[in-house]
Amino acid sequence: MPELTTEDQRAGADAASILEKDTGAPIVAPPRKRPWIVEFYGSGVGKKWVMAVTGIILLGYVLAHMIGNLKVYLGPEEINRYGDWLRTLGEPAAPRTVVLWLMRTTLIVAFVLHIHSAYSLTRMNQRARPVKYQGPRDYVAANYASRTMRWTGVIIGLFVIFHLMDLTWGAGGAKFHRGDPYQNMLRSFERVPVAVVYVIANLALALHIYHGAWSMFQSLGWNNPRFNAWRRYFATAFAVIIAIGNVSFPVMVQAAVIH
Amino acid sequence: MIGSLDARIPSGPIEENWDIHRFEMKLVAPHNKRKFHVLIVGSGLAGASAAATLGELGYQVTLVTFHDSPRRAHSIAAQGGINAAKNYKNDGDSVYRLFYDTVKGGDYRSREANVYRLAEVSVDIIDQCTAQGVPFAREYGGLLDNRSFGGAQVSRTFYARGQTGQQLLLGAYQALERQVRLGTVKVLNRVEMLDLVLKDGRAVGIVCRDLLRGSVFSLSGHAVVLATGGYANAFFLSTNAMNSNVTAAWRAHRRGALFANPCFTQIHPTCIPAGDEFQSKLTLMSESLRNDGRIWVPKNFGDERPPAQIPPEDRDYFLERRYPAYGNLVPRDVASRAAKREVDAGRGVGPLKNGVYLDFADAIARLGRHAIEERYSNLFQMYERITGEDPYEMPMRIYPAVHYTMGGLWVDYNLMSNVPGLYVLGEANFSDHGANRLGASALMQGLADGYFVLPYTIGDYLAGLLGTQPVPTNDAVFAETERAVDAQVRQLLSVNGSRSVDWFHRELGKILWDNCGMERSAETLSKALAEIPPLREEFHNDVRVLGDDESMNQSLERAGRVSDFLEFSELMCRDALHREESCGGHFRTEHQTEEGEALRDDEHFSYVAAWEFNGVGAEPTLHQEPLQFDNVKLAQRSYK
Amino acid sequence: MHLQLRVWRQSGPRAEGRFETYDMPDVVPDMSFLEMFDVLNERLLEEGKEPIAFDHDCREGICGSCSMMINGRAHGPERGTATCQLHLRKFRNGDKIVVEPWRAGAFPLIKDLSVDRSALDRIVAAGGYISAPTGSAPDANLILVPKPVADAAMDAAACIQCGACVAACPNSAAQLFTAAKVMHLNLLPQGQPERWERVTNMVDEMERFFGSCTMHGECEAACPKDISIDFIALMNRDYVKAKFKNRQLESQRG
Ligand SMILES: Cc1cc2nc3c(=O)[nH]c(=O)nc-3n(C[C@H](O)[C@H](O)[C@H](O)COP(=O)(O)OP(=O)(O)OC[C@H]3O[C@@H](n4cnc5c(N)ncnc54)[C@H](O)[C@@H]3O)c2cc1C
Ligand code: HEM
Ligand code: HEM
Ligand code: SF4
Ligand code: F3S
Ligand code: FES
Repeated sequence: MPELTTEDQRAGADAASILEKDTGAPIVAPPRKRPWIVEFYGSGVGKKWVMAVTGIILLGYVLAHMIGNLKVYLGPEEINRYGDWLRTLGEPAAPRTVVLWLMRTTLIVAFVLHIHSAYSLTRMNQRARPVKYQGPRDYVAANYASRTMRWTGVIIGLFVIFHLMDLTWGAGGAKFHRGDPYQNMLRSFERVPVAVVYVIANLALALHIYHGAWSMFQSLGWNNPRFNAWRRYFATAFAVIIAIGNVSFPVMVQAAVIH
Repeated sequence: MIGSLDARIPSGPIEENWDIHRFEMKLVAPHNKRKFHVLIVGSGLAGASAAATLGELGYQVTLVTFHDSPRRAHSIAAQGGINAAKNYKNDGDSVYRLFYDTVKGGDYRSREANVYRLAEVSVDIIDQCTAQGVPFAREYGGLLDNRSFGGAQVSRTFYARGQTGQQLLLGAYQALERQVRLGTVKVLNRVEMLDLVLKDGRAVGIVCRDLLRGSVFSLSGHAVVLATGGYANAFFLSTNAMNSNVTAAWRAHRRGALFANPCFTQIHPTCIPAGDEFQSKLTLMSESLRNDGRIWVPKNFGDERPPAQIPPEDRDYFLERRYPAYGNLVPRDVASRAAKREVDAGRGVGPLKNGVYLDFADAIARLGRHAIEERYSNLFQMYERITGEDPYEMPMRIYPAVHYTMGGLWVDYNLMSNVPGLYVLGEANFSDHGANRLGASALMQGLADGYFVLPYTIGDYLAGLLGTQPVPTNDAVFAETERAVDAQVRQLLSVNGSRSVDWFHRELGKILWDNCGMERSAETLSKALAEIPPLREEFHNDVRVLGDDESMNQSLERAGRVSDFLEFSELMCRDALHREESCGGHFRTEHQTEEGEALRDDEHFSYVAAWEFNGVGAEPTLHQEPLQFDNVKLAQRSYK
Repeated sequence: MHLQLRVWRQSGPRAEGRFETYDMPDVVPDMSFLEMFDVLNERLLEEGKEPIAFDHDCREGICGSCSMMINGRAHGPERGTATCQLHLRKFRNGDKIVVEPWRAGAFPLIKDLSVDRSALDRIVAAGGYISAPTGSAPDANLILVPKPVADAAMDAAACIQCGACVAACPNSAAQLFTAAKVMHLNLLPQGQPERWERVTNMVDEMERFFGSCTMHGECEAACPKDISIDFIALMNRDYVKAKFKNRQLESQRG
């Protein structure tokens, strides 16, 4: 322990400062103020909130998309008309496909933000425990879904890329006719491996939602004894519906119910 | 050499003492406060509240605690509640009544002026803590709730579930952390004070050991404040936290501070009886349980029936029988001895026959299980955890255990010891509880000392030091003391004998409990005094402490504390032997009424016994501070 | 009763650590878990080996010192129990028990099972208080607190700062601790003036040390005081509100 003169002490530098680490000494001044929105997104809780909000948008899309796709059961013209409707949505007020592009942009932005915050939070959490537990962990509350969010997330991400190539850009290898989603889907799903990919991806999605659609309430602070129980039901129901709906398409094509 | 003890009690009517005194004391101007550096040892209620308040006032404070966070100080464990003369219950309470109850409860061995001041500021404490956000229990109207406690016939105890101590300490701790953030207070965790540094008879600093790195270093300041808690752990088995100890107080005593009434130790009636020989500590069941629980034992010896099947006529509710007026709420010392009598008489219950029943069946029948849960759920849970029995179904088994120590370093009305510049707060001083402390008044005293007394009185001393600077830590006195401490540490490491520190501690505990416990006599005390020195010898020749002093070494820490207990306990027994009377927690079998109640000797022993250290094992010098009672009239305590 | 312990031994922060196996042939079910360690330490001492360092003090589940990862669970198998309140009757004869220290970047290991948790103090220092200088308080009964509010605040205030939530959290997040500390004060009327400052300062300080919460709920399961993760939601809400809030209108509740 170095010698300390009274001068040091009056300057506040006494053995205390030498033991700084154990003392919980004065809090370091916060970094210079950045724009509040940056501040907000800079924090973990803020990112989590963004994830929740973008999560909701994505949920909304996935649901709407599934409902739209259910029209395949009503036959080609139905779903194709739906496709046209999407493109002509908002006409004549807005020119053709503008509204659709607006929706797409929101979707893309949401997706990007969602993934970016997911990524940086994951990094943050890895840094928070440099040395892992050396013995086996025994989880009580954390379920499979919550512990695999990152993986299911990645799977979904990859799936979406493939899916776009496959059914939007027609780069998926199958014969492709722009504006004829029914046929495109049929040709694509007739290939067993593709069907399998779709099934797996959508199960991953369901798992992701099973935790996500509950967890988002917490992130947003929507907590009230009156409806807390329902948050779980909601997430479960949502996940199940998406799973059944989306998985049904490749399965039904394989089962030649759709042809 | 110490002259006559001047308690510096202001003259005049007791109601005005404190006001007058506050006016007469010198003040330190705001802009001068930051020129003073105060060292505080201890982060319990007393230490934390003092540090926070001095920091707010603008003093430079360094607080030292051996805990890894100030919030772990032993005050955290207090359960039952804190007293205050608010009279919110409109049941006839008043400052004067709280004062009176406390002096009477202390069996007329405390200083009137101090106790009156305590009662006065008790009111401010509740206000202060509420403002800090302490979640005291509330009634449905949103007002504060109260419960009644031992030794009082009014409901004046404020509580926060079964964790009053934790909530009060959190309040003080949070105020403290606020000052840490503002930079007025530095907190040193895991640092143990091992000696007091004097220069020209004044306390000028402390020597500490960094428990993480083992380094010994000095801190220097204009004044030193000890708020280091009680010494109940001298008995090894007590309700105190494992690490509570007498070291700080004892080392100060060795440097000249007088130790007052060391034999005044409190035995708490409601603790969980020891289960097996591995027992490391005893657990308290809050006194508040006596509000709704009824204490009884089977009338007939060796009644093996399960409690529920023992009909009322075969039960002896001995407290209600002996003390109709206070019933189960008699003061602790009375309740404890009554229980001991029953067990000694062979009516004890439980596997080891070492307990009495505390029964809630009636209360549950009367108020319903829910109400009882509301009040005591966490205590019941604690009991269930430890014993594996469900107190909702079968009565608790309880037995007295060492719990609190009224004795401590001698202080004057300003809480300054006889060593100028050394202040002592909380359980570490002897001030307010006389020979027995009433429930829920230790928290009150700790906070009173720290929030509302020291901040005024310390200024009176510091004002005189304006312009001076703390003695540099490279001054000879520091170097010397550091060397002494270093030497002791090495000595403990070098013995490398065959027995563990805990073994010696257990032995010491047995000696004290059997001979200087709930009942003492000239014979048992002389026996103890004969047995302690050899044990101490053996300790220094045969203790085994492994490891080094460069890193964390818990057995080394404990070794230092136990060696102090071994020196201190001798003083405790001497004091008990010299006090030829029974009062409060100090019960000499030679001195009792025919009903077996404590029999005081006011003519010869109405004084504070303050002991001066003359070397280990050497006969200490007794200094007497006579006690005057102008406001309460001395009477044989009666709770019938 | 016969148990086998595998305890993490590490002589210092930078030293190599490893598991040591200790046989406990005759322990009794009524013993507490820490008393078993006392016995073991006595034995190690006799064998001339250095005793195991572990933090403990009150042994009543209130000081928050004790901190052991027992069979992969913070504070061991019993719910709502601190290590010191755990008794051997909760184990079966012949059990093998693995004991590890808390592990988190913000809890540097000191020795064996003892870690440094002062990061938690920092979070409190960042704003976990109500500025009420001594002597400035009004009469306690001038501040009315509805019983449900007082009870909720008390539920949060029960936190003993043991850090089990961090130890148990797969992300080493201190969300439950911080939420308990924030909401204890933010729920109370006395806490309103500093409400938004408090939550932002404490959360930001927390994130300098700990991970982020992804709602695993492990913390709640490990908490010796059964503090609910609902408080995390409330804290998140207050944090977001605080960021979006027009501070001129702070007097507006909610
Ligand atoms: C189980 C239990 C229940 C209780 N219940 C009640 C109750 O209901 N009502 C009531 O009024 N009272 C109660 N008491 C009594 C009361 O809790 C204590 O008397 C009081 O809290 C003492 O506070 P303190 O600040 O003086 O000391 P403590 O709270 O004991 O603090 C001592 C501090 O000093 C530090 N320290 C000690 N020695 C050193 C050293 N050498 N170097 C560095 N630091 C040191 C410690 O680290 C600690 O921070 C209870 C006591 C017990 C044991
Ligand atoms: C349509 C696709 C998606 C939907 C509907 C969706 C939905 C959600 C929802 C609702 C949450 C909860 C947010 C919160 O708790 O605040 C969430 C969390 C998360 N998502 Fe997604 N997400 C999708 C795609 C992705 C993708 C592509 C990734 C990563 C590449 C991803 C990674 C994550 C992660 C890591 C979390 C954090 C888990 C948590 O915080 O609980 N998600 N997602
Ligand atoms: C088995 C289930 C699914 C089927 C059958 C399906 C079918 C389709 C079809 C046919 C199209 C082309 C529409 C058109 O070009 O007119 C499409 C587009 C798209 N799908 Fe899917 N889809 C499924 C699942 C998903 C999932 C889970 C996601 C997201 C996670 C997703 C995201 C998209 C996106 C982003 C587009 C582009 C929309 C656009 O062009 O604006 N799909 N899907
Ligand atoms: S929240 Fe629970 S687990 Fe976390 S520190 Fe507080 S008491 Fe411990
Ligand atoms: S376990 Fe961790 S992820 Fe959140 S809910 Fe608890 S802090
Ligand atoms: S030792 Fe105090 S909480 Fe366990």
